Amino acid sequence: MSALAAPADPVPGPGGAEQAAEAVVGKRGGALRRLPGKAKAGGVILGVFIFVAIIGSAIAPYDPSATIPGQALPTAPSAAHLLGTTSTGQDVLSQLLVGTRSTVVLGLLTGVIATALSVLIGMSAGFMGGLPDEGLSLLANVFLVLPALPLLVVILGYLPHSGELPTAIVLSALGWPWGARVIRAQTLSLRGRDYVAAARESGERTWRIIFFEILPNEIGLIAASFVGTVLYAILTSVALAFLGVSNLSSWSYGTMLYWAQNGNAVQLHAWWWYAPPGVCAALLGMSLVLLNFGLDELGNPRLRSIRPGRRGRRSWRPADPTPVQEPPSGAADHSGLRGAESGRP
Amino acid sequence: MWFIARRLAFYAVAAWAAITVNFAIPRILPGNAVDSMLAKFPQLDASSLHALEAEFGAHVHGSIFSQYFTYLGNLAHGNLGLSVTLYPSKVTTVLAQTLPWTVILVGTATIISFVLGTLLGIVTAWRRGGWLDRMLPAFTFLQATPYFFLALIAIELFAVNWGLFPFGQGYSLGLAPGWNWSFISSAIYHSILPAFTIVITSMAGWMLQMRNMMITTVAEDYVLVAQAKGLSPRRVMFTYAARNAILPNLAGFALSLGFVVAGALVMEIVFSYPGIGLTLYNAVTSADYPLLQGIFLVISLTVLLACLLADIVYFIADPRTRTRAAY
Repeated sequence: MSALAAPADPVPGPGGAEQAAEAVVGKRGGALRRLPGKAKAGGVILGVFIFVAIIGSAIAPYDPSATIPGQALPTAPSAAHLLGTTSTGQDVLSQLLVGTRSTVVLGLLTGVIATALSVLIGMSAGFMGGLPDEGLSLLANVFLVLPALPLLVVILGYLPHSGELPTAIVLSALGWPWGARVIRAQTLSLRGRDYVAAARESGERTWRIIFFEILPNEIGLIAASFVGTVLYAILTSVALAFLGVSNLSSWSYGTMLYWAQNGNAVQLHAWWWYAPPGVCAALLGMSLVLLNFGLDELGNPRLRSIRPGRRGRRSWRPADPTPVQEPPSGAADHSGLRGAESGRP
Repeated sequence: MWFIARRLAFYAVAAWAAITVNFAIPRILPGNAVDSMLAKFPQLDASSLHALEAEFGAHVHGSIFSQYFTYLGNLAHGNLGLSVTLYPSKVTTVLAQTLPWTVILVGTATIISFVLGTLLGIVTAWRRGGWLDRMLPAFTFLQATPYFFLALIAIELFAVNWGLFPFGQGYSLGLAPGWNWSFISSAIYHSILPAFTIVITSMAGWMLQMRNMMITTVAEDYVLVAQAKGLSPRRVMFTYAARNAILPNLAGFALSLGFVVAGALVMEIVFSYPGIGLTLYNAVTSADYPLLQGIFLVISLTVLLACLLADIVYFIADPRTRTRAAY
């Protein structure tokens, strides 16, 4: 996070006071402004995809399914077809513009549904412990051991292909246990921390502890889980379409790749046919991962306060104004002091 | 000990649930094994049809409960029935033939990917802002690429254009499987490209997770204390920071070992690799339910074992999960 934000950031002086001041600014003012460049890039790319998902079918120059009679080979990009055509003369750019919506909607829908499930189940299990934990973990484990992709091939093979929602629900039903497991483990660990015990001792109500003490410390995990789920949904739906288990008459990145593979696009070296949907799916996924960097930082104040200390190739420079000297060689072993490593005052 | 006993009981219940779901799948879905057999051999007469029905357990007239207990009894004897598409091979035989391919290739690739990704994650977090950190978008791009797309491009580049590696299959066609060097070297040669594509696409996930956990850990007081004690940076990095940050990655690794069997469906299809994923895909598309059930069962049980492993890892490595009410 640090160095990529560096171009936007004046390099802070070595003084502790300046760093403290910057840390305060970081907390109070313009959290958005201080998002690292990678997160901004991710947000922008994702925004472009969402924008295209909304207006894509309106600005598509051709009907994506319209063929040119008599054509048998894919044609390279030209002024008339900016990304060339498929072997039946369908415009690749139009397919891409129209297909974005289905892919984006499916990914986000699955992400929202599955992450909501993981948070709800993971936090309940981790916080309550005991019998509810046993029950919910059992549920998660049963869903976890079901082989998702083969099961999806079987289930979706028999479901009527009526749109994104049924697919998103099936994907969510199989996708939530991953996040739930991680969130449960983290909740379990956080629950035992001193600050939660302190909150409990001071009489905070349970819901307050859950939402104000534990949840904010899991935002990074939850965001990562959301990102992971959206990625999983996009990659899985693309893979399913590639295997032919999808509504092949509608356009998405997956069905584009399916038809490209079916039309031997790779063997024909028709890169304009098979590359755009693959690259777009990868870009979409990458934007989500990049966005995660920013959320990670926003959810973890400690990362912000030590930021100025972690810059460049330096292996260690603490935020503390007291410099830590590199140990002289051979004097590194302070095993006698090991007890100090976990001992807090 | 009490913890392990309770967990084992818990996993017994989960295994039972998985087995029951497995029992239910072919009974919920339309079509059955005998119908698909009939489609393959339309000239079957009535008596052999009845024999087949008895064998595959289709059109059984007993109640669902008696079917269920018959199924459990067969399982207990290791009897998974006969495959329809590879008739008259036993499902267990098919499993024994295909499982090693998948386990060796995907297992090795998973371990390489985990070790590489975790190491890179440690270094990336330790040297935040270093060149590896700046390379992260490239790694995430690889992670976000649809697997088969990458695999197709790898085949196009390495196999078609440059001719460095074979297109697919597990070994050269002329060879008979056996424990001789020419076969083994051929198998290794054929597995490099698939393994490479798996490592490339899955490494970034480990790297990212390790980096994120490591960044949190590096800010902990004990890391500062370790630094203040004058320990060497390498020692602080590995035995203080990384050791405390590696937990989610280890648990994830234990889990992913369980998915070694199931996770390579697309890889095996793209590379025509003779493993369990390709067999599963063929079983699904040809409604070979006995084989499908057998493979699902193996996958479910391996994943369960992996979950148990992940739990034990957590239990041993993180004392905080051992608190009063947790277990």
